[in-house]
Amino acid sequence: MRLNIGLAQIYPKLGDVPANLEKHLDYIEQAADRGVDLLVFPELSLTGYQVQDLVPELAIRAAPDDPVFGALLEQSKRLDIMFGFVHEDRRQRFYIAAAYLSGGECLHVHHKIYLPTYAMFDEGRYFDEGEAARAFDTRFGRFGMAICEDFWHVTTPYLLWMDGADVLLFHSASPSRGLDASDRLSGSRWVELVNQAYGSFFTNYVIHCNRVGYEDGKNFWGGSSVVSPDGDFLVQGTYFDEALLVQQIDLNQIHRTRSRLPLLRDEQPQLMQRELSRILARDSR
Amino acid sequence: MSTQINRTDITPRLRINTDLARRMIVGFIADQIAKAGMKRAVIGLSGGIDSALSAYLAAEALGAENVLAVRMPYETSAENSLSDAESVIQALGLASLTVPITDMANPLIERFPDMSNVRKGNIMARLRMTILYDQSAAWSGLVMGTSNKTEILLGYSTIYGDSGVALQPIGDLYKTQVRELAAALNVPQAIIDKPPSADLWVGQTDEGELGYTYAEVDQLLYLLVDERYTIDEAVEEGFGHAFVEGVWQRVKSNHYKRTMPNVAKLSRRTLGHDFLYLRDFTGR
Repeated sequence: MRLNIGLAQIYPKLGDVPANLEKHLDYIEQAADRGVDLLVFPELSLTGYQVQDLVPELAIRAAPDDPVFGALLEQSKRLDIMFGFVHEDRRQRFYIAAAYLSGGECLHVHHKIYLPTYAMFDEGRYFDEGEAARAFDTRFGRFGMAICEDFWHVTTPYLLWMDGADVLLFHSASPSRGLDASDRLSGSRWVELVNQAYGSFFTNYVIHCNRVGYEDGKNFWGGSSVVSPDGDFLVQGTYFDEALLVQQIDLNQIHRTRSRLPLLRDEQPQLMQRELSRILARDSR
Repeated sequence: MSTQINRTDITPRLRINTDLARRMIVGFIADQIAKAGMKRAVIGLSGGIDSALSAYLAAEALGAENVLAVRMPYETSAENSLSDAESVIQALGLASLTVPITDMANPLIERFPDMSNVRKGNIMARLRMTILYDQSAAWSGLVMGTSNKTEILLGYSTIYGDSGVALQPIGDLYKTQVRELAAALNVPQAIIDKPPSADLWVGQTDEGELGYTYAEVDQLLYLLVDERYTIDEAVEEGFGHAFVEGVWQRVKSNHYKRTMPNVAKLSRRTLGHDFLYLRDFTGR
């Protein structure tokens, strides 16, 4: 099966949900015109990244009667959509969230598990941690979502893989950092390296959408990409500028790659579980 | 302060991809001006490399006609300061203005006959800030800073003088990197080659006043700041202990110039403590 992936590499406006919803609708329109089946927006695409004390006023509910969420659900009758938002649960806990919408339904909401709270990052001050890494079924097969720091830890993609995800959907608000003499920033090199590694280790498609633009002095580098189950970049970049990138992927490639390279067949999650249990029991003594 | 000779050469690690730096800084300038609801920038052009490079980047971001270069000579300013600034204005086609500050500065300076050079220099820097902010209102442009990472770290600046600006485009580039980027953007060679000077009194040079060269201190600052080396680890790389201690003390003792003044916290929610929004949060 072939499907057209769209990467909406946008510059969200900090703290302005109505303006960002408009931008989402505009990109959905463009993507529909270009035959996109699944359109992926960046982390916190509805709000901007460093929302700080704006969190309570920007949060939305993941429900059809929420006007913003409802508007995107309606659009998902045209094409599948993954987008980012601040999610408020029933008890006023706030999460960095990604939703996968399809056919007017919300198929899954992922809460960011790993909240970077070091150096320039301060997410743990404002948000609660997600507690689950779950794959979910779509009309194209079984997918898994992870948000930025989630895939700086191998735990999240590994669990999604074990839970049956053949396509990993990553999105980020990754700030540019590490300028040196080389052709790319060290932060970009790292992200691209691990994306390629996950494709190679898991014989999966790895789809990554990163935002662009500026917040205070921080720049976001874009460089959205698709990695094949063979670990090759099918699309990589545009850097720094807004763009709608469209890439067709052939899901049968997963079958062909795994016939050649049975890493999934030979993976030993029971060994992982056994040894982790032993290690955790030892460490807790 | 002396530095040892047999030490690791850090210079290669300070090298930058100038295309990337240019792209990110030009984008930053355009973004900051647009978020302020403006189209223009005001910049003090001294004839030195920092303001020259900043002018090149601003012209690329905004269009030369939207960058007002203001020259503000004092009677002791070096002659080539004005002419080097003029060469930048001509090369880029900047809007420009010359406002001599001698007649404004001298009445205050003459009131205190024993005034030190540092005090005089601070007065000049703050007068220039006043002129730039007046032009900001008159010309609807944001005042663009021209400070580099080395001088911000060392506190080699006048608080509310040259540090009184709305944005700092080259504030994350060490002087060594400013030179590399300036060369890539074809800033006039005479400006790149001349000894850095605040030009606040005759014969003043940065390196003479600081007691070490930028080439030297940038390597040390890179280790201490960017790479988080301890003082002992920097000494192990071959830098003299007194040099390392002195530089780090200078970085620490000037931190007040890099932060907003402390607010005495009384209420539940206090500016500067727990009223947390980005500067950009009302951006257009």
